[in-house]
Amino acid sequence: MLTRRVIPCLDVDGGRVVKGVSFVDIRDAGDPAELAAYYNAEGADELVFLDITASSDARETMIDVVEKVSSEVFIPLTVGGGIRSVDDMRKMLEAGADKVSINSAAVASPKLIEDCAREFGSQCVVLAMDVKRVDDPIISEIEGYGSVPAEAMWQIYTHGGRRPTALDAVKWARLATENGAGELLVTSMDADGQKTGYDNELLSVISDSVTVPVIASGGAGALDHFYDALVVGKSDAVLAASLFHFDELRVAEVKSYLAERGIPVREV
Amino acid sequence: MPENSRKPRIVVVNTRAANVHSVEKALRRVGADPLVTGDPAELASADAVVLPGVGTSDSVMRALNTMGLAEPVKAFAASGKPFLCICVGLQVLFESSEEGELSGLGLVEGNVRLIPTGMKDELGASMKVPHMGWNEVAFTGSESQRHPVFAGIPQGSHFYFVHSYRCVPDKESDVAATTNYGVNICAAVARGNVVGTQFHPEKSGDVGLKIYENFLELATASLTESGY
Repeated sequence: MLTRRVIPCLDVDGGRVVKGVSFVDIRDAGDPAELAAYYNAEGADELVFLDITASSDARETMIDVVEKVSSEVFIPLTVGGGIRSVDDMRKMLEAGADKVSINSAAVASPKLIEDCAREFGSQCVVLAMDVKRVDDPIISEIEGYGSVPAEAMWQIYTHGGRRPTALDAVKWARLATENGAGELLVTSMDADGQKTGYDNELLSVISDSVTVPVIASGGAGALDHFYDALVVGKSDAVLAASLFHFDELRVAEVKSYLAERGIPVREV
Repeated sequence: MPENSRKPRIVVVNTRAANVHSVEKALRRVGADPLVTGDPAELASADAVVLPGVGTSDSVMRALNTMGLAEPVKAFAASGKPFLCICVGLQVLFESSEEGELSGLGLVEGNVRLIPTGMKDELGASMKVPHMGWNEVAFTGSESQRHPVFAGIPQGSHFYFVHSYRCVPDKESDVAATTNYGVNICAAVARGNVVGTQFHPEKSGDVGLKIYENFLELATASLTESGY
């Protein structure tokens, strides 16, 4: 049986992992390759590296990061952040990424999804979505978006969650997968950082609307949250960041908990 | 340095697929010194060959055809030297695929079919296509009957899969391993020197690296046998 995946997400700034602080057995918690090796040994099924570098100069260092990590850790690697073109994606894949996630650039130009999927195959195109429950359906006309459809429960934000768009999240998920996105990384901005659980309603609605795997993101704070995202939220994979980095929960712990509750996981 | 201590020349066929370098890195990790190339002449002098592939069977076949690699690959397969094919690299060994128009290499009798859609798994979740993620692999036959490339790997180990189509060999004896995704899926094929995996050993952690280690051993052994 196909196992459910547990995925740590690492933020990289200028080639260094940020927020990776508290492991006693790691010499340099900012070194992406060392952290990747640690999570690999812990039983992480996949790794996501998110480049949060603001300047485009420093972005080039992400290629070195991917090159190094993929030479040392042999599990699937997804890279995202600042990917704007087919060429950006090619560089990451050639450096050793298995999948590349796109977010704001895909909203700005949905054709990018199609172009990337045609060039590299849907299996490497991950659409990352930052999603928030609709609280202000009127998006300024100056933005050129119009307003969020009345029936929409969730809307899409871009630019690291700073910019609202009029896109209905569920429709966007459907459109993106029709255009060739092979996987969705769905982050609930409402749940993110709250540690009260994933937004399982959002996850299950999206999961039921598409035929590609859904990765749950945002809100994990306890073991049962992972279980709920998989069972209630119908997700295929669960992602967490600070919870793992600050050693509040370990990947191995999450996996044995899931296994005890009858969820198929990969034992390491 | 005595001549017989040279490393085997392992050629990774550059099908222009994005994961060629992952295969190269995994081989380096286990101590091999692979050459990634699309030059047909290099195949003729190789001690062992890896045929990777992601994307579609047509894209891999088109690459092999246009680069003049199809015949050299077939010739290498017939040479008896270790030959490892991965994912779509395995699928193009068959005669035809539902995915594409182009004929496969026809080295293994059978065809490639779309994984059935719309099934539910034991948790009641709908089973998505592509089949993506870690799944349990059951090797056929006893440990001693296994192909040496799969030696030392615990039965039921998890390997990483990403595919929408599955190989259906005509002969049961060609199936070296299976996995279950609603239907039984052929996870590996082995026939003499020709081995293929539907999963990606270069992305399957330690058990995956073990396959490359075994493959390097086979390549090294065939070097000694051939009198170098």
